[in-house]
This record gives sequence, C-alpha cells and structure tokens, in this order.
Amino acid sequence: MDSPSTVAGRMGARSRARAFRQRLQHGDQIAHLITLIFAATIIVITALLFYELYTSAAPTREKFGWRFLTGTTWDPVALDFGALPFIYGTLVTSALALIIGVPLGVGAAIFLAELAPLRLSAGLAFIIELLAAVPSVIYGLLAIFTLVPFLREYVTPLLGEIVGFIPLFQGVSYGVSLLAGGSILAIMILPFIISISREVLLAVPREQREASLALGATRWETAWNVVVPYAKAGIIGSIFLALARALGETMAVTMVIGNDPRINLSLFAPGYSIAAVIANEFSEATSGIHISALIELGFVLFCITIVVNAAARLLILTTRRKASGA
Amino acid sequence: MKRIIPIVVLTLLCISCADNERTSAAAPPAPADQVLVTGAGASFPYPIYSKWFDQYHRMFPQININYQSIGSGGGIRQVMEGTVDFGASDGPMTDDQLKQAKIKILHFPTVLGAVVPVYNIPGVTQEINFTPEVLAGIFLGKITKWSDPELKKANPAVNLPDKNIVVIHRSDGSGTTYVWVDYLSKISPEWKSKVGVNTSVNWPVGLGGKNNEGVAGLVKQTPNSLGYVELIYAIQNKMSYGKVRNSEGTFVKADLASVTAAAAATVKTMPADFRVSITNSPGKDAYPISSFTWLLIPSKIQDQTKKKVIKDFLQWMLTDGQNMVEALSYAKLPKEVVAMEQKALASIE
Amino acid sequence: MIAHRTRRKVTNFVMFTLTGVCTFVAVAVLFFILGYLLWQGGHALNWNFFTKLPVPVGETGGGFANAIIGSAKLLLLAAVIGIPIGFLGGVYLAEFGGTTTSFLVRYTTDLLNGVPSIVIGIFAYAVVVVPMGHYSTFAGGIALGVMMIPVTVRSTEEFLRAVPNTLREGALALGATKWKSVATVVVPAALPGITTGILLALARVAGETAPLIFTAFGNAFWSPGWNQPTESLPYMIWKYATGPYEDWHQQAWAAGLVLLSLVLATNIAARFILRRQVGTSRG
Repeated sequence: MDSPSTVAGRMGARSRARAFRQRLQHGDQIAHLITLIFAATIIVITALLFYELYTSAAPTREKFGWRFLTGTTWDPVALDFGALPFIYGTLVTSALALIIGVPLGVGAAIFLAELAPLRLSAGLAFIIELLAAVPSVIYGLLAIFTLVPFLREYVTPLLGEIVGFIPLFQGVSYGVSLLAGGSILAIMILPFIISISREVLLAVPREQREASLALGATRWETAWNVVVPYAKAGIIGSIFLALARALGETMAVTMVIGNDPRINLSLFAPGYSIAAVIANEFSEATSGIHISALIELGFVLFCITIVVNAAARLLILTTRRKASGA
Repeated sequence: MKRIIPIVVLTLLCISCADNERTSAAAPPAPADQVLVTGAGASFPYPIYSKWFDQYHRMFPQININYQSIGSGGGIRQVMEGTVDFGASDGPMTDDQLKQAKIKILHFPTVLGAVVPVYNIPGVTQEINFTPEVLAGIFLGKITKWSDPELKKANPAVNLPDKNIVVIHRSDGSGTTYVWVDYLSKISPEWKSKVGVNTSVNWPVGLGGKNNEGVAGLVKQTPNSLGYVELIYAIQNKMSYGKVRNSEGTFVKADLASVTAAAAATVKTMPADFRVSITNSPGKDAYPISSFTWLLIPSKIQDQTKKKVIKDFLQWMLTDGQNMVEALSYAKLPKEVVAMEQKALASIE
Repeated sequence: MIAHRTRRKVTNFVMFTLTGVCTFVAVAVLFFILGYLLWQGGHALNWNFFTKLPVPVGETGGGFANAIIGSAKLLLLAAVIGIPIGFLGGVYLAEFGGTTTSFLVRYTTDLLNGVPSIVIGIFAYAVVVVPMGHYSTFAGGIALGVMMIPVTVRSTEEFLRAVPNTLREGALALGATKWKSVATVVVPAALPGITTGILLALARVAGETAPLIFTAFGNAFWSPGWNQPTESLPYMIWKYATGPYEDWHQQAWAAGLVLLSLVLATNIAARFILRRQVGTSRG
C-alpha cells in the first residue's frame, strides 16, 4: 500500500498535470490573442494615418473645397493654394514613365518568359529584381549628373528638331524637366513591370503554348498571339502596380524635375510633383493653411494610389485565377 | 541561417553603442554632460554658422550645437513650434508670425551678408552689370534673353549671347529669397504688386533649387542660367557674379566694404527688436542687396543648461566670433549693434 | 507560301532580338549604376570617410561616420517595431485568423503598403515629433518601422501558408497544441522565407530618405541615445548631391556606393537563403 505522502504526492502531481494541461490550452488562446493584438495594431496604425491626414487637411477643405483640386496658383504669400500643377506634374511624369517603361518592360518580360533559355532567364530575372532594391536617392544622384546633362545636350535638341512642331517638344531645354522626371521614373518602374509580367507569363499553362506550337506557330507568334493575351490582365495589373509606385516616388523626382509649380505643355519645361513639393516645403511652411494645403496634397496622392493599387491587385488576381482554373 | 537575424541585430546594436562611446571619448566630462542644442534655418549664413559651431565645439567638446540648413522659412516655422531650440533667418519674422509663435521670439543679428546675382554663361568671363530694372525684368519673365537691349546697354563691352536666360530661384522658404524680393519690391512697383515679399513667393518664371547650395548647384550645371545666392557660395564655388547699380547710380560689386557701407546708414535707426531691412540703402559705396541675418532665440528657455549654452555662445559670437566672419566674406556687425545686442542678451530668461 | 514562312521566321528573329535588347537595357542599367558609383565614389572611400564627422561648409576632408551610425540606429529601431508587428501579424493571418478580421487586416496592410513614403513622413511628424516637441532618431525609426510592416506581414503569411499541411497535422497528431505546433514546427519550416522577407524589408527602408526629412532631421555631430536628431546615409546623400561643392559631390558618390553595396548585398543574401531552402525541401 502506498504511504499517505506518496498518495498525496501522486494526487498533487495529477492536479499539477491538469493545471499544466489547462494552461497549455489557454496557451492557444493566449497565442491567438497576442497575434490578434499585433495584427490589430496594423489596423490601428492605418486608421490613425487616415485620421491624421484627414483632420490636418481640414482647414484647406474648408477654405477651398473642391476648388483646391482645380486651382492653378500656389502662392504662399497670398495664401492661395491650388493642387492642379502638382497633380499635372505627377500624372505627366507617371504617364511618361509608363510610355517609356511599358514597351521596354513587357518586351523584356516576353523575352525572359518565352524566348530565352531557362537558366539565362532565371539569372537575368534575378539581376533585374535587384534593380528594384536600388534606393530612390541613388537614382536621383545618378540622374542629376548623367541623365540630366544627357537629356539637355543630346536628347532635347534632337527631339526639338525632329518633332518640334508638337507643343510637347517645344521650348528651351534646361535639363531638369518633366522629361527628366518621367525618364528616371521609367527606369525605376522597369523591374516591377518585368518581374511581375514575367511571373504571370510563366503562369500561363503549358498546354496553351504547346497547342500553338503544334499548329506551326513560331515562338514569337505563340508568345504574342497566345500567351500574352491570356496573361493580359496580369500584365496590365503589373503596369498599374508600377504606376502606383511611380506616383509616390519622391526623391529621384524632386532632384530632376525642376521644382516649378506651373503647368507647362512642353515636356522640356520644369514641373513639380505632389511628393516633391511636400518634401521641399513641409518643414518650412509657416502658415497653418500652407501646412494644411500640403497635407491635403498628400491625402490626394494617397487616394490616387489606393485606387490604382486596388485595380492592380484585382487584375493580377484575375489572371492567377484564370490560369489555375483553366 | 536561423542565426542571421540575431547576428544582424547584434551588429546594429554594437554599431549604435559606438555612438555613445564617442561622445564621451573626447572630453573629461561624463556622457551625461554632453549638451546637444538643435537649431535650424537659413542657408545664407550656413558657412559661417557651421564654422562657428565647429569652433565652439573644439573649445568646449561637450557642447554640440547642431545646425541644419533648411532655409529661413524652416527656421521660422520650427522655432515657432518649438521643435528646435533656436532658429535662423535672413528675413525677419513678420508681426503675424510673431503673434502665432508659442513663445515670444527675439531676433539677434549675427553677421552682414550680401545676395549676389550669379550666372553661368559659357564663353563669358567678364563681370556683368545689372541695373535694378534688368533684374526685375528678368525675374518677372519680361526680359528673356541675355542679348536683351537693356542688358546690352549696361554692358557695352561684353559679348552677350542670344540665348534664353534660365532663371533659377529657391524652391524652399528662404531668407535669401526674402532679401532678394525685398530689394525687387523696393525698385519695381510691378514686382511689389504682382509678387510681393515673403520667404516663399509665387515666382513668375524659373526653376527651383533647394537652399543656397541647391541654387548654386543648379546654376553651375545649367548653361545660360542666372540665380541669386549669398556671396560666400559664389566665392567658394568660384562662380561669376555681377555688379548691381545702387540707389545713387553706381555699379557696385558685393564685398566687405560695400556691405558694411550698406549697414552704416541704418545703425542710428536700429529698432529695439533688431528687425530692419537694409536693401537699396543710401550711400555711394553701398551694395544694394545686403542684409543682416538673425538668430531667432525664444525669450524663455526652460532647460537651464541649454539656456546657458545659448547665452554664452551669443556672447562669444558677438566678440570673438566676429573676428572669424571676414575670412568667409561676411561683414562684421557695426559696433553700435553689438553693444545693443549685448544689452538685449539679458532679456533671455 | 515560302516567302510567307520566311517572313514569319524573320519576324520571329527580329522580335527575339528586339525583346532581347529590351532585356539587355534593363540589365545594363544595374551595371551602369554600379559601375558609375564605383568610378566616381571609389576613390573618395578612405579611412576618413568612415570615421570622421562632416566638416564645416566649404572645407574639405571630413566624412560620413555619423551618417553611417545614424542609419544603423534607425534600422535597428525600424526592425524592433517592424519585425514583431509584421511577423506576428503574418502568423495571425496564416494560422489563427477568422474571416472578417483577417480580411480587415489584409486590406489595411495593403493600404499601408501603398502609402507614399513622404506621407508616412508626414504621419510620423504628426504623431511623434509634434507631441515630443523635437526631432529624434526615435521618430525616424518609427516612420521606417511602419514602412517595414506590410512587406513583413505579406511575406510571413505567404511562407507560412506554403508550409504543407502534413507538417501541421503531424505535429497536432503528436499531441502538440495549436500554438506549439505553429511555434515549433510551422514557423521553423517557413523561417528561410520569412527571414528573406524581413531582410528585403530592411534593405528597402535602409535607402528611404523621404520619411526621414521631417523626423530624424539631420545632425552635424554624433547623436547619442534615441532622443536626438540624427544624420543618416540617404539624407546626407541628398544634401550633398544637390549642393554645389565638388567635395560634397565626391562624398555623395562614395556614400551612394556604400549604401548601394549594403542594400544589394542584403538582397542577394536574402535570395540565396530562399534558393537554398527551396533546393533542400525538394530533396
């Protein structure tokens, strides 16, 4: 027979074991709770961001209303603020970035996904992905000393001579200009377009390609007429993502765009983007309405990027679903 | 692989600890005695301020006065909000701004400087004479070419090319801009009504560079450009700058003598708060685009250590510090102004 | 008939070449950047650069020492904020989440990811600098940390989901509770991918300038502790590159070279970790 102490000991052990097991089960709930709290922090931070932007921009909304979006003067002396020159600059440089970057990017993606041998493709894709990691300020640094003089000495005079009758290409060339801004943005968004497009192209089912080749098409014809249309939504999605990136770029753009808050039709003229004006003027705006106008600009930019990002995700998702469905 | 993150974190930790060691390594006082005072503002006096603060740090290694040249507009705003310990500006604060500030801000003149028209015209090495009308016309966008008759009239001997003038101004809130447009407003009624005077204005033409450094950089890189910078930036970067015709009709080049002459007339009428404009001042030898530059000091400073540091520095600046300014082409403060300031030091509580 | 076939072959060849050129351009850009930085900045990289403080305006000599250390401190702070929130948020989404909360978390993470870096700077200024009353390393670190979160969450969730369910079920079958199975089986299995994601996020914020303009502010001296303004590599590159002094330009190139090398090295290392993992898991 066990001694009372051992019985008591065993009972103690059992209740201890039970308590331990109970704690383990609570452990699940604790873990759930902890991770939930951290995940919820993200929601809190984003909500706070929205709140701060919205309320700090309130004075501008009260004073200007929707006129803020169409006003063309940016006058810190007379306290008259209008966002149009910056929206114009942001949109023009981003559009230019797309015009230059999309053909280059999609072309390279097609090459890497369809036409190049596999190992070469993987290696080159790796290198191109590294481009996405280069900091914006370094692009800007290089642009000031290489791109801008290059544009000023060679490209703009040439463009002026060839297509100078179009108002887009008229006027004196200073180097720093909308053209410079758009060009550096094009280079910066290339890796995004290429890597995502390449991924969606690779996701197109083999059967599609094989069917086309079996019918006698060349590799290019297969790529262009079969694979690309199949992945069209995804490619467009990558373009939208690149656009969203281009819209928010600050440093490289402010270093080469000329910082002139005026709407000029010519690409050779200097311009200003939303991100650039905030970077330049925020620390020094002395009047409350000036600061508020800058924050309102930031809010406008944020809204634009939300819309573009949402469209992008939707498109990329559509391609992935189609590819896995078929 | 699993160890990478801890290794990275540990490395970063070690590097950041190095920071703390260095600040204490220089001087006998313990790390707790390190005083960091933060100031921000004008790029106009940045060369002399950075020299002063560096010299002061060498004399008193535990004192670190960190000055960031972000433009006078930034200096005014940050000192108004209290996010820096002192500000700096070449455009005095307006009455509105003084009212808006959380505490009363005092102006202390530090040096006299000049804003000069710098240009980069390939092939032209001579000095160019600028009349007030020409300067206003260029910045209003009415005079667009270097070969304009008004420029030719003032410079008969110079072979000015028939190229467009690339105007370069400040993209940030600037006291240098303030001085420049203050001058333009005085000599051009059109400028005064169309654009006005402020640290940041709605420029009719031109590209924007950030700070004096940015404008100088842009002018250096852009052929046929014209900008305005503080004198020392033009000198340090070996840039060409022109003469400006003053109120008495003489074409004067900015230098110690002409800037000192510009301040001479105002000395007798210096207001108690030191806010005064000396652009286009009378005097045969006066350079018309000169200005005082001020340190913006809060009248009440909570932190006793910082208050002592600031007051001591100001005292040093008014005496020994003044001996360093001429080497960087700033003019010393007139004796009378120094005396006034030393008395005013007492009002910092 | 034959002509038509030839034309198609020619088109094939031409497009092959054209798209190849596009790829070459993209690849060439990276080498151009690296090469140019090496050429311009290589010789300014001396002992002074790494150990000295910046000198007064207009003088030569001096270095970026405080900027390098400032950047290191900012990254450390960003990691302290970004990694826990990002990692645990990702764990929540992959392992514990309910449908509504998960959707909300994912949606806001995506939103946060799309915020332009300058706007994050405004945000950090409003919620950290203004209440504190001054600029600080702390504010800069928070701004960078917030930027790290979305990338970390997304990569953590992705790699956790990629762990085959058999592993989870195996652990549960052996009697482990859910959190134990996650902590001791699932997470270690996904660790290379998660590490990659974190390293990439760190490399990305290391190069960010915009959020630091109104938070860390810049400092001509050393910045002890976390409460003072601090210099940082990208900020100083911006200042020096846009200034007129030749000496400044030299130093900007050198700093650019250092920053780019670190960022690229981290990226390459991160991807290699991933590849090795993919290789071994197949085997």
